[in-house]
Amino acid sequence: MAAIYSLYIINKSGGLIFYKDYGSAGRMDTNDSLRVASLWHSMHAISQQLSPVMGCSGIELLQADTFDLHCFQSLTGTKFFVVCEPGTQHMEGLLKLIYELYTDYVLKNPFYEMEMPIRCELFDINLSHAVQKDRVALLS
Amino acid sequence: MAPVGPRSGDAIFANVERVNAELFTLTYGAIVRQLLTDLEEVEEVNKQLDQMGYNIGIRLIDEFLAKSNVSRCVDFKETAEVIAKVGFKMFLGVTASVTNWDADGTCCSIVLEDNPLVDFVELPDTCQGLYYCNILSGVIRGALEMVSMKTEVTWAKDMLRGDDVFELQVKLLKQVPEEYPYKDDE
Repeated sequence: MAAIYSLYIINKSGGLIFYKDYGSAGRMDTNDSLRVASLWHSMHAISQQLSPVMGCSGIELLQADTFDLHCFQSLTGTKFFVVCEPGTQHMEGLLKLIYELYTDYVLKNPFYEMEMPIRCELFDINLSHAVQKDRVALLS
Repeated sequence: MAPVGPRSGDAIFANVERVNAELFTLTYGAIVRQLLTDLEEVEEVNKQLDQMGYNIGIRLIDEFLAKSNVSRCVDFKETAEVIAKVGFKMFLGVTASVTNWDADGTCCSIVLEDNPLVDFVELPDTCQGLYYCNILSGVIRGALEMVSMKTEVTWAKDMLRGDDVFELQVKLLKQVPEEYPYKDDE
């Protein structure tokens, strides 16, 4: 069964603002997740400079033996990336959906400070629904 | 999955959750009224409305990008068109038009014939310097700043001051793309 291992949201300066892991594989403690986030932020930026084509907006998909990493960067610089099993489908759609949930439940929360770690219950609840629905859709 | 193209303002407006227009107008009116009581100076109120708009704009832009699926605009002309046709439609339910482009393509006017914020509003003599809808100029400025455009937004025409339309002048000051400190020093 195709599954998501973890979800990361990085702010425009590369700091991790949200981390959730779903699977038994690839669980990380806080420090490691912060490290992965800033690593990815730098790699994403470097890839834009290295790209042989003009107007590259960064890495969208990284495929490895044991995982796939799908990344979505909004035009405002916030990056959403998900580490999942190799061959998982529809991750771009899921990332777009998570972006919408972010705009609805995080940004509209007046107590949420921009660029700070996300601690919004409504976001967590709706995110779990979205990922669950995604799992169900993949099974059927 | 095939990439989804940008959605029209009407389509998005039909899909987002909407609130009663009168509630919106009256709430905004109450905010302006309270600011006038608290700050007393009309200039201060203008500044405060602009700041509030800025704070809204920096968050609004992500919602706009997420729900409208617009891709990166090629130039400032496209940006202004998108703001007028999709942005205003999506958030206020009105369509604006873009006119008065200058020679460089960095300054234009967004014209609003219809403005839900000012339904039922009359400015008294004591508030003649007030830009009642100044929150809108802050919103545009804040939103564009998050997509690397520094702009200056001012009111050219204001119906509450006797003109026939609302006209916002949007001037692009500079584009500030993300700079990464990856330069070799040696």
